Amino acid sequence: MTRERLLNAALVLALFAVPAWALWADEPFTITLATRAVIFALAAVGLNIALGLGGLVSLGHAVFFGIGGYAMGILASHAQNYTPIMEAPFLIEGTKSMPIIWLVAVLASGLAAWLIGLLSLRTSGVYFIMITLAFGQMAYFFATSWPTYGGEDGLSIYVRNGFPGLNTLVPIQFYGICLAWLLLVLALNRALMRSRFGLALNAARQVPDRVRAVGLDPPRLQLVALVLSGAITGLAGALFADLNRFVSPTMLSWQMSGEIMVFVIIGGVARLFGPVAGAGFYVLIEHWLGGVSEYWQIFLGLVLLLVVLFGKGGLVGMIAGARK
Amino acid sequence: MTAVLAATDLRKSFGALKATDGVSLTLREGEIHAIIGPNGAGKSTLIAQLCGSLAPDAGTVSFLGCNVTAQPVAARARMGLARTFQTSALAMEDTVLQNALLGALGASGKPWHFFAPVARDRGLKGRAEAALDAVGLADLRDVRTADLSHGQRRQLEVAVALTLEPKAFVMDEPMAGLGQEGSAQLTSFLADLKRTAPILLVEHDMDAVFALADRISVLVYGRIIATGTVDEIRRDAAVREAYLGDEA
Repeated sequence: MTRERLLNAALVLALFAVPAWALWADEPFTITLATRAVIFALAAVGLNIALGLGGLVSLGHAVFFGIGGYAMGILASHAQNYTPIMEAPFLIEGTKSMPIIWLVAVLASGLAAWLIGLLSLRTSGVYFIMITLAFGQMAYFFATSWPTYGGEDGLSIYVRNGFPGLNTLVPIQFYGICLAWLLLVLALNRALMRSRFGLALNAARQVPDRVRAVGLDPPRLQLVALVLSGAITGLAGALFADLNRFVSPTMLSWQMSGEIMVFVIIGGVARLFGPVAGAGFYVLIEHWLGGVSEYWQIFLGLVLLLVVLFGKGGLVGMIAGARK
Repeated sequence: MTAVLAATDLRKSFGALKATDGVSLTLREGEIHAIIGPNGAGKSTLIAQLCGSLAPDAGTVSFLGCNVTAQPVAARARMGLARTFQTSALAMEDTVLQNALLGALGASGKPWHFFAPVARDRGLKGRAEAALDAVGLADLRDVRTADLSHGQRRQLEVAVALTLEPKAFVMDEPMAGLGQEGSAQLTSFLADLKRTAPILLVEHDMDAVFALADRISVLVYGRIIATGTVDEIRRDAAVREAYLGDEA
């Protein structure tokens, strides 16, 4: 067993052990914190496909996170107000059902990623960063100025959405749903990294000329990667909105995009469990240092600086060594 | 005999510089056609137009009887045009086998598999391993490409081209930096390879060119000043003056 596998196993163990302890010690707030970490990790797993595997430095992933959030907010707010979303040409009603909300979140954020990708993948490097940032800002200002769904104030959903057979209001049960998603998506991501598509995408990041010369089209590979990436981050957004029972334009802000990127970079770019380590670490120091000083992000900045300067593979790289 | 790859009156200018100035050439079945010329003669620009990474201002490129002038690199590669790069273009973080697998994957035309592990894909793996065997890199299959020597990277370049099972090769200075022994090995390898598919060979190593080429074209200032057999080129006065000097 390599050190990276041991580390990954330890992280998975922690994902089960921490909430189990919290349940035993009757610390529901710890479970909420863990849920937050798991959802952030899921969002970052999404970004890691574009950033780590595809080499696409997207500073606009909050768009997908926010679209997922608003998919939940819009569907659930119509359901709780008993108003249809639209009546003509056919009736669409809101819903409080998580599976339907997830499906809508994934499809909507995937579609958004496809559209953004079509335009932004004509560029690369710093221009790609700027275009994705610009799309993020457009989505943010659109949401703040659209009064139907709360505008700047956001949307509150009074009761958490339902999942057949579970009481999602019980923190540990909602945590279970989020953890199941994270583990499933990590398993899919692991398969993706070893698949034909993963091999081609990985090469397209390193030597696009070679990939063209063997008859493949790097921008198409990257577009598909961005759609998968956006869809996963959108799913995380729907779960995040359900965790808080609230969605606001903050989820679409560029700071949110930056935070998701920080999870990936602190944890380890292109490492399977990098986003998990990064998001877990972030939530931990947000909680601990946030209690010590309201300027806790100074310390986060310091950590980020150290990781970028000295630990090229992020936390996973520092603990488990260079990637094989 | 029909041409596998043909350029007709290709022209490409960068501002006032005519990098390709009315070049016509053919690559026939079973031959090695070498292109030689001094630095700055426009060899790389010509290759870029043949392979599709640069669009000519005028003229046509045809491959297997089709006009491919408007086709991008990937489309020409899928038709069976394999190129090797002057400076190795390999995925340095990946292993030798993974680089060869990429070629086999490109040749299969089916990258849209998201779940099945590529390492257990017998078809791709067989093709990749056969190519590594052919160039003598089979023992190094699990080595990271970044850890290969310069010569081994040149061999891997050729192996990746082989995985495409191409209809024609375009090789941009495959001998560059190889040293005498390496050049000699690759020379004998290419002499066999031309039976698989014809090779358009851009090369500075004159020993290799004279040993391998069935025909030679001499490119000077974007124009082909002579095309012929090795002997014809050796005897050509204009070529001697422009390029070969007294040593030939």
